Amino acid sequence: MERLINFIYEYRAFFTFLFLELLCAWLVIENNQYQSTRYFNSSNQVAAQLLGFSQDVREYFSLRTINEDLARENAELRRDLERARQQLSLPLTDTARINQFDFVSARVVANSTHLYKNFITIDKGARDGVAPGMAVLGDGGAVGKVKSVSERYAVLISLLNVDQQLSGQIKRTNHFGTVRWDGANIMHTNLQFIPRHATPVVGDTIVTSGYSAVFPEGIMIGIVREASLKPEAPFWEIRVELAQDFGRLTFVEVIMSKLKSEKDSLELVTIGEPK
Amino acid sequence: MSRSGIIQVVLFFVYLLVQVLLLRNLVLFNTAFCFLYIAFILLLPIETNSLILMLAGFLLGFTVDIFYDSMGLHALATVMMAYLRNYWLSAITPQGGYENNATATIAANGLQWFLVYSLPLVFLHHLVLFFVEASGFTMFWYTMLKIVASLLFTMSVIVLLQFLTPQRRRI
Repeated sequence: MERLINFIYEYRAFFTFLFLELLCAWLVIENNQYQSTRYFNSSNQVAAQLLGFSQDVREYFSLRTINEDLARENAELRRDLERARQQLSLPLTDTARINQFDFVSARVVANSTHLYKNFITIDKGARDGVAPGMAVLGDGGAVGKVKSVSERYAVLISLLNVDQQLSGQIKRTNHFGTVRWDGANIMHTNLQFIPRHATPVVGDTIVTSGYSAVFPEGIMIGIVREASLKPEAPFWEIRVELAQDFGRLTFVEVIMSKLKSEKDSLELVTIGEPK
Repeated sequence: MSRSGIIQVVLFFVYLLVQVLLLRNLVLFNTAFCFLYIAFILLLPIETNSLILMLAGFLLGFTVDIFYDSMGLHALATVMMAYLRNYWLSAITPQGGYENNATATIAANGLQWFLVYSLPLVFLHHLVLFFVEASGFTMFWYTMLKIVASLLFTMSVIVLLQFLTPQRRRI
């Protein structure tokens, strides 16, 4: 026993090293799992406030572009409002379907774009009704999903994250596939699993499909820039230019889907546990 | 706690704040990152106990992780570097050994020695960091490009900072 203790003491540096590395490795692996409410990330109060201060300084230098973006978005909203008013004359009966989605506006506190796994921190949290799994839009289109929340802040898993998958479809033909980032270019993403018989062309619009119930149907994702079909490949290789400029993200909207839990539980009963 | 100990604690926080407030936003050509915070581990006095090195490395890496949303990633790479630092220091001991209380800086040991000392350690740190982040070798060459670009960026900043700040041969 004494020898064992002596042995451990002699190699204490190595054992400490081993212990710390295993702890880190466990944290890395644990963190890779998708949704969770955790304390040690940038939704932590102190970290988020510090990052918010840093963002405040940066925002001051881009007030002009922020103003332009907000003005443009205002105009679009006004146009949509007008269209909605006209549609109001149509008979509407299912109020649950009409009020399916609720929007909460939030400010981006921190944002990364250059890593393989990018995250965005926003200044709305559990107190404002944000919960893991909710979808987030920017002024250009889809931005990501909520990964974890604290009282006043939330961390989003960005579309620019190699772990993020999103159901997207070609608006013109309604073929759907998976939108997944390859980690290389912050302006482009890929649309996978579009079958051979589909006919995507350059310039096609890619929108969310609504199959996941996280995003409403028809939210803009991007525009097809390259589409190629290798002779033996079962699927098209499609490169999509993102509609949202992730380099300058300042305000986003969190979408609260009121029917998501209902849809999920129905699917759970009939199809089983999702992969 | 001794005077030099207090200075090191202050430096710890300075490196941390510079990293998360300033350098987190500074990425050149979408590939070159600056991880200046590891200079804190590199520049600690040569006689620093490796247990203290690893604990400091863990705390530093862990705090950086909180701000980068990359739980355990920076801690993993920094602890690895902190563990190997003392072995590497003894492997490259100059003739006649280090002076008493010498720091591992350019002022104390010269630029050539410093490059031989820090380049492999920083390279190892970046290697671990980027490949664990990419979780595999699927994007091997792009990841290597990031590693080399970041190595050049980080090393330039570490070396330049030492020329810009007043250095004492011992603390």
